[in-house]
Amino acid sequence: MEHVMGQDVAIDNVSMQYDGAAGFAVTDINVDIQAGEFFSFLGPSGCGKTTLLRLVSGFLEPTKGAVRIGGKNMRGIGPNKRPTAMIFQNLALFPLMTVADNIGFGLEVRGVSRSKRLKKATELLELVDLPAVEKKRVSDLSGGQMQRVAIARGLAVQPSVLLLDEPLSALDLKLRQYMRTELRKIQKRTGVTFIYITHDQGEALTMSDRIGVMSAAGVIEQVDKADVLYNHPKTAFVADFVGDNNAFRAVVKQTEGDCAAVETSAGMIRGRNPQRLAPGNEAMAFIRPEAIRIAAEKQPQHNQIGCRVESLSFEGAFVTVFLKTGKEQQLVMRQPNDGTTPLLTAGSAIDISFSEKNTLLLASGEVAYA
Amino acid sequence: MRKLWQNAKRNFGAIGIIFILLTVGGWLIFMILLPQLIMLDFSFRPLLPLRKLGGPEDVYTLKNYIVLFSTPLHRAIFFKTIWSSVIVTSVALAICYPISYYLAKIARGAKFSWLMMGLIVPYWINELLRLFAWQLILADAGILNQILMGLKIVSDPINFRAGNGAVIMGMAYAYILFMVFPLYNAIESLDTNQVDAARDLGASWLRIHRRIVIPHAKPGIAVGCIMTFMLAAGSIAAPQLLGSPSSFWFTQIIYTNFECANWNQGAAYAMVLAILCLIFIMIMLKIFRVSLKALAK
Repeated sequence: MEHVMGQDVAIDNVSMQYDGAAGFAVTDINVDIQAGEFFSFLGPSGCGKTTLLRLVSGFLEPTKGAVRIGGKNMRGIGPNKRPTAMIFQNLALFPLMTVADNIGFGLEVRGVSRSKRLKKATELLELVDLPAVEKKRVSDLSGGQMQRVAIARGLAVQPSVLLLDEPLSALDLKLRQYMRTELRKIQKRTGVTFIYITHDQGEALTMSDRIGVMSAAGVIEQVDKADVLYNHPKTAFVADFVGDNNAFRAVVKQTEGDCAAVETSAGMIRGRNPQRLAPGNEAMAFIRPEAIRIAAEKQPQHNQIGCRVESLSFEGAFVTVFLKTGKEQQLVMRQPNDGTTPLLTAGSAIDISFSEKNTLLLASGEVAYA
Repeated sequence: MRKLWQNAKRNFGAIGIIFILLTVGGWLIFMILLPQLIMLDFSFRPLLPLRKLGGPEDVYTLKNYIVLFSTPLHRAIFFKTIWSSVIVTSVALAICYPISYYLAKIARGAKFSWLMMGLIVPYWINELLRLFAWQLILADAGILNQILMGLKIVSDPINFRAGNGAVIMGMAYAYILFMVFPLYNAIESLDTNQVDAARDLGASWLRIHRRIVIPHAKPGIAVGCIMTFMLAAGSIAAPQLLGSPSSFWFTQIIYTNFECANWNQGAAYAMVLAILCLIFIMIMLKIFRVSLKALAK
């Protein structure tokens, strides 16, 4: 690919209210996406991700704020004039045209001759690893192949920014996982800025350079790399939405340095306190399923809970154990299937424990699946 | 055959089969096949006084058909009717395409309902009354002339009903729904994302319609054109009410023939009109590369 360079996208204080709608679909979005970055917006359905994408592509104009691409304010510039190309959720390939005509459509618009369009289509099909289908009808392709044609069609107009609206959601699991790595490769090969929106955290975590997590209210909760999001979530929503987590409602009792002790329905819990919550604050304590261990012996006081095993789910490399505390709160524990842990049976009573280091205390807030 | 009968008996029962045969069969034979065959028979026989029917002169002949093409006036009116119906169809298509696109892809909620009502409500009124309304508008002392004279655009009333203009306009109006609905159905089934995708790739509105919407809407366009053309070519009320002697329509000749008790020639002319419509259907299907099966959808 020649001359294709990604451009940075600045979403500056953008809010969007639809005509006649009571509230804002997205509110005060501030994100700087770097040139050549693979950036994902991750959020539950209805959180305004698609709205955000349409604001960048130009199908919508923000009510407040500005979208800048390569430093240029895009207000008043239509989708046909922006240096972006969009991959639609249903791909929106043109069913009455051949693959080559689909890919060449953007070039046809730009007055490129038929032979040059065909040459370009062949080149792009090579790039997306789908050679020799130029003459085929779109309907003769498989789901994964259509995916590649849609990407080739988008790349044909040499966009600086490629916008992807959950394009993998229609594929089956195996193909989806395969296409993740493929998309990542294509992005690296072309250097185009990718903005990807999804509700599937697996997709976002595996493909992206950075991820912006959006809550159902249409605000950005946190923008970070995948591992930072997982290990150091900044809000209760992110802790709950990204990866599995066990949450306890709690009240801070005492603090010492980076740590604090909170009171929960399952007794005292001590954990990290990055937000410096003060005694009396409402908080939530989060413990990842893989951080929970079966307690070797009765320990005094904190970070230990007596539970009943409700059910087990064997998943090959690990076993997911569903527990209930004495106060009927459901917990999830994940044990590696490496022979080091005793086999549990449903109905048995166990004590579980977790370290202070692996317990995160955050200010109480909206969670995704409360 | 035996199997067919057994299947039918299992699905509908004996009474059901008898009912279907009586109703559908009766309708097919007595209301469609027989009248058409009688007309066909009539069209090939000469006009004879009653006492000579069945006599030596009562033979099959092409005379009735030859008359149509050997009478310059009839021939001229026949071709004019074709040409005018094509114009009516084109005008209706030009008016209805944007309306249908707007209805199918842009209008939402109240706007959609109002426009739909506006299209449908006039059709609750009889076609004749709607044409009389046009007469009132286009008459010498009609609304349009009064407005034009009131605005001092013209000093004398314009005779709108001279020539074919009024007839073509009245018909285009009368058959709008028959064009709008097939178009609307076809455009409505187009995935809006395809329009967005084309726009995103830089296409102008013109190109989006030329390359995406119209190719998709082809079956609808074909159906709308066929219906409008057939209605226009077979219309009698509009030329009768809105036309002048100079805008005589082929159906009016057929009507006159039957009125003058020359059923034979009337039947022949009617057959020619029917064949014309069949040819038009074939041409449309060819132009739009639509199969009969796609049309049925």
